[in-house]
Amino acid sequence: MQAFLAEYLPILIFIGIATIFSGIAVGASLFIAPQRPDVEKTSAYECGFEAFGDARHKFDVRFYLVAILFIIFDLEVAFLFPWAISLGNIGAFGFWSMMIFLGILTIGFVYEWRKGALEWE
Amino acid sequence: MPFENLPDLVPVLPEIFLALVIMSLLMFGVFQRGGRAETDVNTFRVISWMAVVTLIVTPLLVLSLAGSTLIGFGGLFISDPFSVFCKILVLIGSAGSLVMARNFLEEHDMARFEYPVLVVFATLGMLMMISANDLISLYMGLEMQSLSLYVIAAFRRDDTRSTEAGLKYFVLGAVASGMFLYGASLIYGFAGTTNFTILEQVLQRDTQDEYGQSLGIIFGIVFILSALAFKVSAVPFHMWTPDVYEGAPTPVTALFAIAPKIAALALFMRVMVGPFGDLISEWRQIIIFISVGSMLLGALAAINQRNIKRMMAYSSISHVGFALMGLAVGHDSGIRAILVYLTIYLFMNIGTFACILAMRRGGVMVEAIDELAGLGKTHPLMAAAMTVFMFSMAGIPPLAGFFGKLYIFLSVIQAELYLLAVIGVLTSVVGSFYYLRVIRLMYFEDPDEPLDRPVSREISLIATLAGLVTVLFFLYPDFLVLSAATASSALFLN
Repeated sequence: MQAFLAEYLPILIFIGIATIFSGIAVGASLFIAPQRPDVEKTSAYECGFEAFGDARHKFDVRFYLVAILFIIFDLEVAFLFPWAISLGNIGAFGFWSMMIFLGILTIGFVYEWRKGALEWE
Repeated sequence: MPFENLPDLVPVLPEIFLALVIMSLLMFGVFQRGGRAETDVNTFRVISWMAVVTLIVTPLLVLSLAGSTLIGFGGLFISDPFSVFCKILVLIGSAGSLVMARNFLEEHDMARFEYPVLVVFATLGMLMMISANDLISLYMGLEMQSLSLYVIAAFRRDDTRSTEAGLKYFVLGAVASGMFLYGASLIYGFAGTTNFTILEQVLQRDTQDEYGQSLGIIFGIVFILSALAFKVSAVPFHMWTPDVYEGAPTPVTALFAIAPKIAALALFMRVMVGPFGDLISEWRQIIIFISVGSMLLGALAAINQRNIKRMMAYSSISHVGFALMGLAVGHDSGIRAILVYLTIYLFMNIGTFACILAMRRGGVMVEAIDELAGLGKTHPLMAAAMTVFMFSMAGIPPLAGFFGKLYIFLSVIQAELYLLAVIGVLTSVVGSFYYLRVIRLMYFEDPDEPLDRPVSREISLIATLAGLVTVLFFLYPDFLVLSAATASSALFLN
């Protein structure tokens, strides 16, 4: 149990270091830097323009759809990498398992395509 | 031999069948020439019936696995008499709700073929949940079921109440999933495995050694318990139920009240009695608390409801409370009582929702309980069916609901949990108030404007079948009780 926990010691050290450094960075700018806020300084920065429009405006639901579709295939790739590397060890069974998985994903993809989810207009 | 490590696929046969059918239905539906309203409705109709046929065929496949305990996918999946029993209940529930849904969806402009596909997807998820033998495969089934259900809760997407129901269900369901995963990771961290069979051995060993169980395991169990209580909508995790039941389209509510509840309770039983069975002294008080809370809240909060779907939501909360009473018993007779109770609950609820779906005026659903006034004069048959279901839910002999409660109370008394039994009986008396009020409205009030006639054929068929089961159950209870006994003893083999 002790040896097992000792393997995690570097992580604990890193957590400590990360906390200290981020604490210094935030704390130093809070305490050391001169703070003279005025209206111009505290307003939202928008590339030098006066802020026009509200940041909380509606945006098209299609962005959301594209994002969801992206996540699915992104995850697919995340599964493909370890599979490709260990393909020599897992043999035909491993190969066909992944093919079934890809087949199911393809069915989902065909559905999206036929439903017109891939067309912007 | 390239396939020497091929997992044993026989126990997963029904699930594989369902998965293949869903994918072909999806492809079939999406390649229909759509666009015009009547072709879309036709596609919907065809796929809807094919899905119903699938859900009727699958129990036969499930039955072919009856009588033996098979483990597949390297211990991730188990098929035993318990899972066979619960799967058949779930499949009947899904098929029934799908049959009832067709007419409603067509009339309310929701006849899209995705609906039956999603229902079958959810059913597949439920079957996976019931057969899970590992925390990971359990989570997969749970998510598969939940994600499909979130979508169909919001299936009426231009209706704010329906989308609100979907969103609420999604957010709270996601919280529950998060809690489940947290609990599962704690269990894994402290026990070193996620497999139920090994977990049972590890926990048994730990209970016997001198240090007892570590706190982490107990925490993990409590988290998993809370997540499961969310899924079966037991107090104090019930808040989503009335809103979701009211907002979701009525056939969806019917499905929610039946199939996922049975699946989640089956899961509840398997997880608590199987891997965590040796820790019953740790979780029994929690179950008792949840059960008493659900029964009390379900009975008291339903009294003031004006919407019949909301009333049914509270009614289902109190039914869950009753079922969990059997789990607090923790051994064979309690589980058997729950299975009997769930079967009867299934038929009572299908029937009640068939009647609710028949409550239409001028082709539009009405949901206020007061709309039932004078139903005894205008629709004598429907009123009679509704009376049967309401009396049965209130637990009046000789209807089926009485026997459900009887078995639960018997097992609770045998386990000497007298206080629990007394609270159960008292809440059951309070609860009968709102069931009887429906009957009083139907027979002793004057109708304002009669509901639509005739009631569609599918709905009357289902109401009749469910009514017959409810009324005639007392003639031949042995079949159900004996199969429930076989199913429950499968959980206690080792």
